[in-house]
Amino acid sequence: MALSKHDKIERNVSLMIVLTIVAISFGTLVELVPLIFGKQVKEPVEGLKPLPALALEGRDIYIREGCNNCHSQMIRPLRAETERYGHYSVAGEFVYDHPFLWGSKRTGPDLARVGGRYSDDWHRAHLFNPRDVVPESNMPAYPWLFENTLDGEKTGDKMTSLRAVGVPYTDDDIAGAADAVAGKAEVDALVAYLQQLGTLLQMRR
Amino acid sequence: MTSFWSAWVIVLTSITIIAITWLLLGNRKTGAKKEDTPTGHSYDGIQEYDNPLPAWWFYMFLITIVWSIGYLIVYPGMGNFAGLLGWTSTGQHAERVAEAETRYRAMYDRYLAMPIEEIADDPVVRRMGMRMFGNNCAQCHGADARGGYGFPNLTDNDWIYGGEPATIETTIVNGRKAAMPPWGNALGDKGVEEVTAYVLQLNNREPDAELAAAGEQHFKTYCVACHGPEGKGNPAMGAPNLTNGIWLYGGSRGEIAHSVRAGRNGVMPAFKDTLGPEKIHILTAWVYGLRNTASAQP
Repeated sequence: MALSKHDKIERNVSLMIVLTIVAISFGTLVELVPLIFGKQVKEPVEGLKPLPALALEGRDIYIREGCNNCHSQMIRPLRAETERYGHYSVAGEFVYDHPFLWGSKRTGPDLARVGGRYSDDWHRAHLFNPRDVVPESNMPAYPWLFENTLDGEKTGDKMTSLRAVGVPYTDDDIAGAADAVAGKAEVDALVAYLQQLGTLLQMRR
Repeated sequence: MTSFWSAWVIVLTSITIIAITWLLLGNRKTGAKKEDTPTGHSYDGIQEYDNPLPAWWFYMFLITIVWSIGYLIVYPGMGNFAGLLGWTSTGQHAERVAEAETRYRAMYDRYLAMPIEEIADDPVVRRMGMRMFGNNCAQCHGADARGGYGFPNLTDNDWIYGGEPATIETTIVNGRKAAMPPWGNALGDKGVEEVTAYVLQLNNREPDAELAAAGEQHFKTYCVACHGPEGKGNPAMGAPNLTNGIWLYGGSRGEIAHSVRAGRNGVMPAFKDTLGPEKIHILTAWVYGLRNTASAQP
């Protein structure tokens, strides 16, 4: 009776777990594994450099403050998006990103190419209180970024860790990291990070 | 993708489709409902029957399998096989961009050939320009183009770098970098106070004539080069007029003193790499056209 096969699986949790894993693995094996070894995700776009020390700290502040919860960094190849944000994102731009900050929720605009679009002063005013420059904005204010300063104690360690996963930081980068950020305000680091985002690919809209 | 990974994807995808088809057909029961043969599962006395799958569900499943095969033939999915349609997401994007290009090109070209003065009040340009302004400029200059602290008002007919169409266009294309140096060290606290008094006097707002007179001496030394002997500014250098009551960074005594002491370095980003000339042309016309809104608004 066909039921006995069902019975065997349904009454044996370990067997059921193993078979479930096998069943759901196929998607991963087909869609994900080949990409891990794919060339397009390993080859950086022309001109891509590891983040300088200050921008690297800025990136960590970006993560700490949860910017990626409301801002994506992924411009899809749709005309409506490229018309607004610029060239669509390509895999080679994110080769040195660990972890990726693509995000999937756009309460605010996409930031993949925000670099150079506004002045540093604008970013500072906007981070201090977004309503000062965009009255209808619902973004939170981040005034503490102006008070907190960085000591750079861990910047070199962060670079060392990133180097271990393939980001080509040099020994000089790591040695000079602490000096490059020590004493700087957190807002300067965040602005440095934002101002370099997506500046490598240009497309006239 | 290398041919190894291509084969990997093809083989595993095929195995999945075959396995799912086998699972569906191999376990299929046909015939009428056998309500007298329970599965033997019993939950609190409720028994489960072992009936065949509903026909609509079974055929729906079959259709999804057939659909997936058709999809993999037409669209890319099987490793390096590009699919019969040759579809790619970037290709589709390029198509859409080309479509928009053919649709709007003629209109853009028509406006591009017309002088800005002529199209500034064109209703179509007003509407297009407002959209572009909203996307590219409003973040700093405000949705109503009246600017804010540190970001110039574009509707007041006072232009830091000049309000001629060509100048506005240059500003949008190349951006601007203001370079007012800090004078705090050169002037000292007393000097800053005096210069501030003189600047206020230029606006008839300084009661202390003596203080202002001392400030005038500093002004002649440090400020005339950019702001001119009468403080009326110099658009060629981006030095604002200090006598018309329009203040980019606030006109209070404290704000003016701060500008003198610490300098100001406002930046307008360049748009030459992000917007094409036809769009900058329309944007320029729209901004130039704002000169009429100022006279209408008090």
